[in-house]
Amino acid sequence: MPQNEPEVLSQAFTLGYTYTRSTGPVVGRFLTGLRERKLIGNQASDGKVYVPPMEYDPKTAEAITDFVDVAETGVVKTWSWVNEPNEKHLLKKPFAFALIQLDGTDVPMLHMVDAGSQEAMSTGMKVQVRWADETQGLITDIACFEPASEEGKVAEKPAVAADLEPVTGVESPIYLEYNFTAGKATAAFLSNIKKGKLTGGKCPECTAVYVPPRGSCPACGVANDENVELTNKATVQSFTIISIPIPGNPIKPPFVVANLMVDDTHQSFLHIVSGCDNSDVRIGMRVEAVWKPEEEWTHAMESIAYFQPIDEPDIPREEIGKLEPSANEPSANEPSANEQPSANEKGEKKDA
Amino acid sequence: MRDIAVVAYAQNPIVRDAGANNEVELIMPVVKQVLKDAGLKDIHDVDFTCSGSCDYLQGAAFAFVAGVDALGAVPPIKESHVEMDAAWALYESILKINMGAAESALIYGFAKSSPGKLAQVLSQQLDPYYYSPLWPDVVSLNAMQARAALDAGVLTEEDMAEVVSRSRANAKSNNKAQLSGDYSVEQLLEEPEYIAPLRKHDCPPVSDGASAMIICTVEKAKEWGLPYAVIKAMDHRIETHNFGARDLTMSESTAIAAEAVGVKSAKVDIAEIHAPFSHQEIILKKALGLDDNTVVNPSGGPLAGNVMMAAGLDRIGEVARRIINGEAKRGVAHATSGPCLQHNMVTVLEAE
Repeated sequence: MPQNEPEVLSQAFTLGYTYTRSTGPVVGRFLTGLRERKLIGNQASDGKVYVPPMEYDPKTAEAITDFVDVAETGVVKTWSWVNEPNEKHLLKKPFAFALIQLDGTDVPMLHMVDAGSQEAMSTGMKVQVRWADETQGLITDIACFEPASEEGKVAEKPAVAADLEPVTGVESPIYLEYNFTAGKATAAFLSNIKKGKLTGGKCPECTAVYVPPRGSCPACGVANDENVELTNKATVQSFTIISIPIPGNPIKPPFVVANLMVDDTHQSFLHIVSGCDNSDVRIGMRVEAVWKPEEEWTHAMESIAYFQPIDEPDIPREEIGKLEPSANEPSANEPSANEQPSANEKGEKKDA
Repeated sequence: MRDIAVVAYAQNPIVRDAGANNEVELIMPVVKQVLKDAGLKDIHDVDFTCSGSCDYLQGAAFAFVAGVDALGAVPPIKESHVEMDAAWALYESILKINMGAAESALIYGFAKSSPGKLAQVLSQQLDPYYYSPLWPDVVSLNAMQARAALDAGVLTEEDMAEVVSRSRANAKSNNKAQLSGDYSVEQLLEEPEYIAPLRKHDCPPVSDGASAMIICTVEKAKEWGLPYAVIKAMDHRIETHNFGARDLTMSESTAIAAEAVGVKSAKVDIAEIHAPFSHQEIILKKALGLDDNTVVNPSGGPLAGNVMMAAGLDRIGEVARRIINGEAKRGVAHATSGPCLQHNMVTVLEAE
């Protein structure tokens, strides 16, 4: 790694999209059928039978309302062989994804085939449904397809509850795993935080200083990768008192979250103001970072426990965030009480 | 549609993992480059900006908003975004110019696919009731399409290997390509199957990168004194999301779009085809109506580097660049979106 390159900071995380979806009448009817271990398709005006049923005919855009029962046996039209299932795949052994045309239908459906081996798979092979042990009104009520038995009969079905309401909605949570990497600017900033230093990224063109830096000066569109060390002092630009508990947030309400302008910077960021009565917090109040003990410093803004008031005169409201970038000065690090908001309004705190 | 001039196009080197560079840091270099190449001072010298990206890829909500920080959008600019390949951002920009609302536009596309598991992430673009709960990864779906084409006699495994061999060889002269080199058809066919019938080399690499382009009216290009390629015609068509209802061995939407833009009305010197999987180049070449007099994917195409949400724009940029350089008089660029070539765009470009 070149000497000037910051370390690559990365963090694995799982993103959950915990969707609940309404099915509408067509999909709902199909899923209700699956829950009863029945296959239901529908027939378009040209006579084509779709399973799963389509809400609208892809050719004519007409609603398809004519429902028909469909066989549990069919033919593989095409397939792929997954020799090493990934962690999301539902079958935990080699299997095929396949387009399967059920007998009496015209449009093949996507599902899986458990044939045991690739050699046992072929285009045109006959397959039959293998139902899940328990059904819920989901496409996965079909566990998979399997090579058709000699008799073409599907194994006896377990009983299903008969008096359930039709399916009108499905839970379809999705979890995707990512390994997030902080950008160069963010990585440099967080590395300094871990050393107990608050730094900003300085724009080489307009000299505005951003904290935390995100990689560019949004006003100029150039990298702001010159890191300048900042004081721990800041001014409250605005604040709110959080009075309700926020799920996942360990801090007990009520507490104060403030937009803080660190001295000699041009962009506010969010942090907690504490060490005083919440009712004393006001716009223009001077505060200072209270760092956690050194052994608790990490690559996160939480290394600063909070900002607490200091004994300095308030900054008049009209002067907060009015610092002009010192375009002709080699450094924007001159002490000044004046500050200016940047064009970047996305002030959310972003911890790697 | 009035003629539109492509006056600048830039692409970052395509890499497997951009590491510490965040989206802004990926975008800034290409935006700077096209502005420089067009002799423009900054983003305010173009009338409109439009980007293409997809937040699912990096798992960061509103990553496309952060992308605007790469532009220097102060004072505010006219800006838009598509959650699609930037080829469609180009399309929106052309509509804007045709409406008379702009005379010039900057388009950029970017993706950081490395943080996620791309094959799984892409399964989430599918029907949420019938398809995505089965986690059909993108390679499995395209393997089914390849087998359908193989079974139908549309192509052979040798044909697929020839596409890969030529792609990698062409990419040797493309210093932005991720994969290049000399591989014989025989050598490639000796490789084991990955998700049968596809081998790993039949699949595109997972790529990080960004591209940008500047377009304007022909009058504006003359005023700026820039060499340019002319977008003569552009059309895009979409097929049903139910790929069971499509003939996967052909690309009907591409054929209709190709007919609409008059691909066959004159000799096509070069074609850049957005075929992420080897078999798709053969299907698409046929749908576009191209014969062997056309040089296909001189850049190496998506098999040599496949930045999601930019690879379609890259096809148009590659054709434009070669026309501007005098390597070709008339070229065709194709862009695709959705599973198994669901949605296709065809663009005809000519020398001024």
